[in-house]
Amino acid sequence: MTTLLDVENLSLRFGGVRAVQSLTFFVKEREILGLIGPNGAGKSTVFNLIDGIYPPDEGRIAFAGKDITGEKPYRIVRHGIARTHQIVQPLSGMSVLENCMVGACFGFRNQSLSHARETVREVLAVVGLADRVNDSASQLTIAGKKRLELARALCAEPKLLLLDEVLAGLNPAEVERMIEVIRGIRQRGVAILMIEHLMQAIMSLSDRIVVLNTGQKLAEGTPQDVANNKAVIEAYLGDPGMVENGVRPHPGAAP
Amino acid sequence: MTPLRFLRQPFFWVIVAMTAVFIAWPLATGDVRLRESLVLAAVYIILASNLNLMLGYAGYVNFGSIVFFGLGGYVGVYLISEQHWHPVAAALAAGISVSALALLFGLGILRLRGFYFALSTIGVNEGVRAFVSNFAPWGGASGLYISLDSYQSLGGPRQALWTIYILLVGVMALSLLLSFGIKRSKFGLGLRAIGQNEDAAGVLGVPTPLYKALAYSISAFLPAVAGSFYFFKSAFIQPVDAFDLGFSVEVIVTVMLGGTGTVAGPAIGAFLYEELRGWLLTSPAFSNFQLVIAGALLLAIVIFAPGGVMGWIFRHIPKMRRILE
Repeated sequence: MTTLLDVENLSLRFGGVRAVQSLTFFVKEREILGLIGPNGAGKSTVFNLIDGIYPPDEGRIAFAGKDITGEKPYRIVRHGIARTHQIVQPLSGMSVLENCMVGACFGFRNQSLSHARETVREVLAVVGLADRVNDSASQLTIAGKKRLELARALCAEPKLLLLDEVLAGLNPAEVERMIEVIRGIRQRGVAILMIEHLMQAIMSLSDRIVVLNTGQKLAEGTPQDVANNKAVIEAYLGDPGMVENGVRPHPGAAP
Repeated sequence: MTPLRFLRQPFFWVIVAMTAVFIAWPLATGDVRLRESLVLAAVYIILASNLNLMLGYAGYVNFGSIVFFGLGGYVGVYLISEQHWHPVAAALAAGISVSALALLFGLGILRLRGFYFALSTIGVNEGVRAFVSNFAPWGGASGLYISLDSYQSLGGPRQALWTIYILLVGVMALSLLLSFGIKRSKFGLGLRAIGQNEDAAGVLGVPTPLYKALAYSISAFLPAVAGSFYFFKSAFIQPVDAFDLGFSVEVIVTVMLGGTGTVAGPAIGAFLYEELRGWLLTSPAFSNFQLVIAGALLLAIVIFAPGGVMGWIFRHIPKMRRILE
């Protein structure tokens, strides 16, 4: 498998705060890479750097062999990277269909309105919003809005999807359904980079996991490696004594 | 949307019917007072409909939209009176030059958002007014006059007034068609996404700086053409009239009154407001009172009916969604 996204030595400062420091990682094609870490570790900032919302102070981001460092968000989508937001950003005055049309029209393939309409129908069926096509985006529940975020991103037909806490705020049944949707997306050949606090979900979904703490990479490896890494347990998963006493950290007990 | 599919839209025929009434009614009766009232209504509709491209679609409050109308008037009047151009050629030249200038301004001031942008649009209007007031080739503060000879190309003054009226109604129809076409296009979809949430639109791939500047520039074209015809008809132009900020505010009121972001709304709002204004101006009790009324009206709309007339219609008669846009 070839490398799709290659992040090298990425750094960003907000005034005196070093939000991201010399971060290096990669995402391979068709891979699910989990990005975890305590609040304020810089996870969403990494998304904003990849997505072009902030230009990095240092470092380089390459996607499918092309240098995309510092390009504007609307250029990044055209390369084949789409994202969802941690805090949902629906276009409230527009319908579910129109929201997704924006994603499809201005996404990777830069589709015409009529072609976009077909893409949207397919995606809404996959995500489970097919019966809400003509509803206003503002009428959706929080779970519905999360699905809409995902649907819009998928309509862009990305090669890499950035998911920022799509499971947060969902009830267990909704989480189950969303996990199935995410698995389905990977089946279609899309690589996924996801931020998630729900340990059980991210451990079972991810092929590999990168752990961030205070803007730096703390650990990297398979879910199993990371869960047993002492530094990770100390910084994020919980009491280090739990491992020494032979008690495995509870998967759902993120701080 | 292909031209043929355009013909199948009910709203297209609403525009055609409205234009036909505007032309046929005063022509059939030969009523000059009716014509003069409708000329103003057409101008208000042109300004409102084009302002709506920015205000309603892209969500940017342009307080100084009147600058397009005034500058267009100046370019047109100058080309007709000093360079002896044909009025239609002068109007087209006014549209193109003002539109190009707007693109240039737009790329600059559209980096601003919210009320910073709104303030800067006032700045553009005031800056242009100050420039023109001191620009000798355009007559400075006293303005430019058109000699009676200039009307010969349209068959003499009496005939010219009718011709200009029909031309202005044509510009009005084009404004509505433009607004309708943009709303149904990919460009319009991108603009409306910007109006809803500019950051989200950018993340979804809408090239926001380009789209905003294009919208600003396009919204300048037909008002400039209209300004050229209108001030040619008035036979003189001076900075006070051409860059009247009060007029700009009235146009915002008309768009809000009719319903922002719809195609028909600004036209309905403009027509209603112009009729009300005409009545207020001629009624002795209220003369020179129309801006007070406009202010009160704006307050009432914002508080009680943010969707304007169209919002009310769509809520109470949902079937109208199939006919009106």
